[in-house]
Amino acid sequence: MIERHTLSVLVEDRPGVLARVSGLFSRRGFNISSLAVGPTEHPDISRMTIVVAVDDFPLEQVTKQLNKLINVIKIVELEPAASVQRELLLVKVRADATMRSSVLEIVELFRAKAVDVSPEALTIEATGTVEKLAALLRMLEPFGIREMVQSGMVAMGRGPRSITATAVR
Amino acid sequence: MTTATPRSGLVPGPAGPKPSPPPGRPVPASPAAVSAPRIDQVPMTGAQSLVRSLEEVGCEVVFGIPGGTILPAYDPLLDSTKVRHILVRHEQGAGHAATGYAQATGKVGVCMATSGPGATNLVTPIADAHMDSVPIVAITGQQTRALIGTDAFQEADITGITLPITKHNMLVIDAKEIPRAIAEAFHLASTGRPGPVLVDIPKDVLTEQTTFSWPPELKLPGYRPTTRPHGKQIREAAKLICSVRQPVLYVGGGVLKAVASPELLELAELTGIPVVTTLMARGAFPDSHIQHVGMPGMHGTVAAVAAMQKADLLVALGARFDDRVTGQLATFAPHAMIVHADIDPAEISKNRRADVPIVGDCKEVITELIEAVRAERAEHGHVDLTPWWAQLDELRTTYPLGYDWPADGSLSPEYVIERIGQIAGPDALYAAGVGQHQMWAAQFIKYERPRSWLNSGGLGTMGFAVPAAMGAKMARPDAVVWCIDGDGCFQMTNQELATCAIENIPIKVAVINNGNLGMVRQWQNLFYSERYSSTDLGTHRRIPDFKLLAEAMGCVGLRAEAKDEVDKVIHQAMAINDQTVVIDFVVGADAQVWPMVAAGTGNDQIMAARNIRPLYDIDDVVEVDEVTRAETQGADRPGRSNR
Repeated sequence: MIERHTLSVLVEDRPGVLARVSGLFSRRGFNISSLAVGPTEHPDISRMTIVVAVDDFPLEQVTKQLNKLINVIKIVELEPAASVQRELLLVKVRADATMRSSVLEIVELFRAKAVDVSPEALTIEATGTVEKLAALLRMLEPFGIREMVQSGMVAMGRGPRSITATAVR
Repeated sequence: MTTATPRSGLVPGPAGPKPSPPPGRPVPASPAAVSAPRIDQVPMTGAQSLVRSLEEVGCEVVFGIPGGTILPAYDPLLDSTKVRHILVRHEQGAGHAATGYAQATGKVGVCMATSGPGATNLVTPIADAHMDSVPIVAITGQQTRALIGTDAFQEADITGITLPITKHNMLVIDAKEIPRAIAEAFHLASTGRPGPVLVDIPKDVLTEQTTFSWPPELKLPGYRPTTRPHGKQIREAAKLICSVRQPVLYVGGGVLKAVASPELLELAELTGIPVVTTLMARGAFPDSHIQHVGMPGMHGTVAAVAAMQKADLLVALGARFDDRVTGQLATFAPHAMIVHADIDPAEISKNRRADVPIVGDCKEVITELIEAVRAERAEHGHVDLTPWWAQLDELRTTYPLGYDWPADGSLSPEYVIERIGQIAGPDALYAAGVGQHQMWAAQFIKYERPRSWLNSGGLGTMGFAVPAAMGAKMARPDAVVWCIDGDGCFQMTNQELATCAIENIPIKVAVINNGNLGMVRQWQNLFYSERYSSTDLGTHRRIPDFKLLAEAMGCVGLRAEAKDEVDKVIHQAMAINDQTVVIDFVVGADAQVWPMVAAGTGNDQIMAARNIRPLYDIDDVVEVDEVTRAETQGADRPGRSNR
């Protein structure tokens, strides 16, 4: 069965690393559902969170191929149950004075935030799991979504252990 | 996954402000670097730093062509007494020459080119080296830093272009980084699973004033090849090896790269297991050895292919279950358990699931296997392989490699190649192009020594042979180097004959001239109703006349068209050691490579000759033309053997 897998990939912070990683996925015929890159607590290391939809066996292949990239330092698969997984959503909703409070009520329910307001629209910031953000969007849709942007997923294992601590010594 | 080890054996890098120490396990600098005295902060240009780095890392020869952006590097190269530059005639020749040099010795081959077209001309040999895991370093000039990304003259994003076909590549944007870049490139190319590394250097980085320090500190936190196999896996493998009835040692190019032939011989003789050597491993195990049952795969021997199909255990050593070996994967070695040892974890279970995966260097793997097998035999004994050998011996006797002389009275290409092998002997080196002549050279020359057979296996690069033979001759000047080429291949890279003549690199070239793109013609004969579309090269009409072409290139040109002339010209060529010799062997157009497993079919359908399928029930026999239909319907991508 095809499942979504979340990979945390520690890479050297060098030009071209993103191209190496994304190129490998397309070259070997794997689709990336989402990808997020950012700095870590270590200045020379970036962290990518990659969500892929593949069977277990191709996942093993893709992990091995990723590991062959010289700039890739470490790869960890994060199980949804044992990790915190979050995406960030910014969404601009049509909301004039008559609708504004209804929209804000939904914002409140989802523990989202209104970050910008104008006479015709409201911009909302929300973080959460894919499911939560999808639910929020479903609720906002009837008001009219003028624009939206969503980040790739970032994820981190639960508990005291750090994946960077063992990679960086 | 990552383990930290003490930072022993690591020499500090240049003084001055430095980024914090690299994360992960530090990689020891190259052996040459460790033993050499330390050089600290000598002022020089980036170009001088590049040449010094090449000298320090032990590079003896660079194959290349200068041009605008690499020009600064050529100036100090003129003064180097340690690095010899061979001016080739086309950058593709430089790349394949570097590969030939590396394949003949195991040392890193080096090629150099300018930016843009110079660099893109290296793409084919780089891809070739990548497929065959050959350690080469390509150094390319690049437009000045300020012009990068502006579509400047002779600008090409060569690191982007070669990303999927290099083990690693880098763009050096600071002259201070040149020594490290070169040291890392050589280290990456030659360790773990070898492969090509490209170093792209902008012109203004080469002209910039900098300081040179050696050895540099390597910063490769993500590079930790596993060479030492896991003890438990070794014991598992040994248990299987001693308990099965029909095992086969499936030997790939990794055994040559690990210099593990002596260990392989010991393991084979200890266990008595039949050995097959793939196209990339010819010479890893002596052909004359009684346990050698031949080359497996599309044009392998019936016994080798049958051994794998009937095996209950395949011990794959540095092999990668390539489609040209397995045939249709679903029907490959259907009864076999798989022990798969490779230094590249990504090869294991890529094509065929391994029952016992072993990640490690073949030399260490085999050494430990020998010990484990000894222990296992001492404790539990072993299985008698006599019945297994009886089966294989019968196949060997019934279906030996062979060929017929062409009915039209023309010269047999197989005979020519066989005679070259017999006269030049196992001490010579043989480089082949791609196609029929390559398969015949793999079949009819008997290889007894590692690194005596050089060819383009994975990529199937026509035109490989002449430059590769040139590179091999540079690496092994005392050896006789034969280039077995086809008339198609030869016309792709024969400009390097001029290089051989000018630089005094005397190789011997046998052009197996059948007037056609022979392997394609063979497929057209078998699978396209003998419709010969665009395969006649006209070389039988002497366009070009290879003998005259050789002479025009400053070489000796010879020709043989009949059986009784063959030995004479080979001996003539063997007697000339100060000039490159080209022999035009005019052979029949219709000879075919047999045995053959048609692409897309299972190995059980191997044909010893047309429509003779020794492993297939007689009732199930399908005509070749039926196979064709299945095959031309796009089941298979075109590969090596159809060129």
